[in-house]
Amino acid sequence: MAGTKQHIVLQTKNLSIGYSSKHEENCIAKDLNITLTKGKLVCLLGRNGIGKSTLLRTLSKTQEKLSGDINIDGEKLLNISSADLSKKMSLVLTERIPESQLSVYELIALGRQPYTNWLGRLSKEDVMRIEQAIELVDIKDICTKKNYELSDGQLQKVMIARALAQDTDIIILDEPTAHLDLHHKIEVFKILQSLVHKTNKTIILSTHEVNLALQLADELWLMTENKFTTGTIDNLIKSKDLETIFPKNQIVFNPDLKQFTLKK
Amino acid sequence: MIPQKTYTKQALFLGILLMATWLVNISLGSVDIPFKDLFQIIFGSNESKESWNYIVWNFRIPKSITAILVGSGLGISGLLMQTLFRNPLAGPFVLGISSGASLGVAVLILGSTFLGSFLGAFSPSSYSVTIASSLGSFLVLSVVLIAIKKIRNTMSILIIGLMFGSISAAIINVLSYFSSAELLQQFIFWSFGSLGNLSWQELGVFSGILLFSILFLLKSIKPLNGLLLGENYAVSMGINLKKTRTLVLVVTSLMTGVITAFSGPIAFIGLAVPHLTKLLFDTSDHKVLIPSVAFTGAILMLICDTIAQVPNSEYTLPINAITSLFGAPIVIWLLIRKQKSTI
Repeated sequence: MAGTKQHIVLQTKNLSIGYSSKHEENCIAKDLNITLTKGKLVCLLGRNGIGKSTLLRTLSKTQEKLSGDINIDGEKLLNISSADLSKKMSLVLTERIPESQLSVYELIALGRQPYTNWLGRLSKEDVMRIEQAIELVDIKDICTKKNYELSDGQLQKVMIARALAQDTDIIILDEPTAHLDLHHKIEVFKILQSLVHKTNKTIILSTHEVNLALQLADELWLMTENKFTTGTIDNLIKSKDLETIFPKNQIVFNPDLKQFTLKK
Repeated sequence: MIPQKTYTKQALFLGILLMATWLVNISLGSVDIPFKDLFQIIFGSNESKESWNYIVWNFRIPKSITAILVGSGLGISGLLMQTLFRNPLAGPFVLGISSGASLGVAVLILGSTFLGSFLGAFSPSSYSVTIASSLGSFLVLSVVLIAIKKIRNTMSILIIGLMFGSISAAIINVLSYFSSAELLQQFIFWSFGSLGNLSWQELGVFSGILLFSILFLLKSIKPLNGLLLGENYAVSMGINLKKTRTLVLVVTSLMTGVITAFSGPIAFIGLAVPHLTKLLFDTSDHKVLIPSVAFTGAILMLICDTIAQVPNSEYTLPINAITSLFGAPIVIWLLIRKQKSTI
């Protein structure tokens, strides 16, 4: 895979995000410049309400940008149809899925929709991909269960498997570890990290698990009120940007441990 | 490999049940026709009685076909609405389409008080009622479609539909208040619903429109399955949400409008049939659900019609009352039973 190292999967230039209506523009963040190469686990960190979800929604074309450019695989996001985008990018959202009778296997199989024919019939290749996804996330034992029988942790793994089955270079996850206990949080992070290594996918997730992110991420995106920085953990520690994501009166960053600790 | 479920057994069961209910339906009526003669009439070799022949071919069979069309059409409409709005309470009635049809008929029948000589010139025949109710549902449909263009939130469309229902009901109330008892009775009889009275020619138009609608629906099976995960996931899997929404709404409106036009506002079936079917099939896959909902709807409607005509009596009860009276307890019972078994 020589040469792929420099392949830029996602790039933004002077991106502004927020909400706009006829009368006014509510800009949440501006001057976002991102260059992301393939095969990275990226954690988006920032306080509640700082605009993490808005950024992820904008990058996934769920929400319109205010200005600037977003390029996926060198192509303008604006020009990519949702059918084409569905083969490049898959999502794991925070929203609960509506009530249905879907089994775990059927739910994961829906991830193959971009590739199946007009009736949604699964080909051999589709079945192979689905099984691969099930294997990678290690949920073979719950395949025949209905989605409403799952615990939060299991459901999150299933949703990740669905995104995997969609077979895209980029997977975006919005707070995938919310509502999970520590054990499952670590499990989800570990799964995502191993996916990046095994499949060379690019995974972007927003999270509040700063300490876990510091141990497992390849790259961090930091969002604060007036600055957006990206970089490897070491670089962000050196530039002292990492310390700025929380107000300093309660939590401080300990560069030796590479962890945040309570202020004594 | 994980085996994918097949539903041959259930499909066979539904098929046989449909045949059986159909036979029972056409064998019973106010005139007692022995089963043996009935068979001979159907297969065209009966010389016993000309009147029986006439009754079977011109009353019972058209009525049973109407029941099948109405039941399956309303069932499918209900299923589509429930998936599209992600709401188990949705049905063809909630979009206000049926209310629009009722309004059309109300204006035709009751409005003659106001419009006097103009409408009085042609007394409400079956065709003018059909046209009036089609126009009514089409009017509501157009407004809903305009609303869709402006509104992104599907839930708001549902609420707008409900509001149209209220507006129509209110206008009908006002019209009723000023109408004579005779006209009022005429309108109420229409609102009871009726599966009879359709000629073979009308049946042809009816089934043609329904088949045409269903043909279009085949294209929406895949996006509907995608919508099971919610709108955002569906779009991320490459589904054109706007196109799907418009297609589904136009098709359901057309089906509901036509059904209401030909048989009156038949309540309950559209809401209940999808739930009954899901209990039987235990799946959310629309590839399986759409045909099975059509079958279940047809069967339920045939049973209701059989009950409504009160075998061996002269009475025919309003079909609209029967569907709710007998259908609702069944659904309640099934849901309670299901609840028990899952605990």
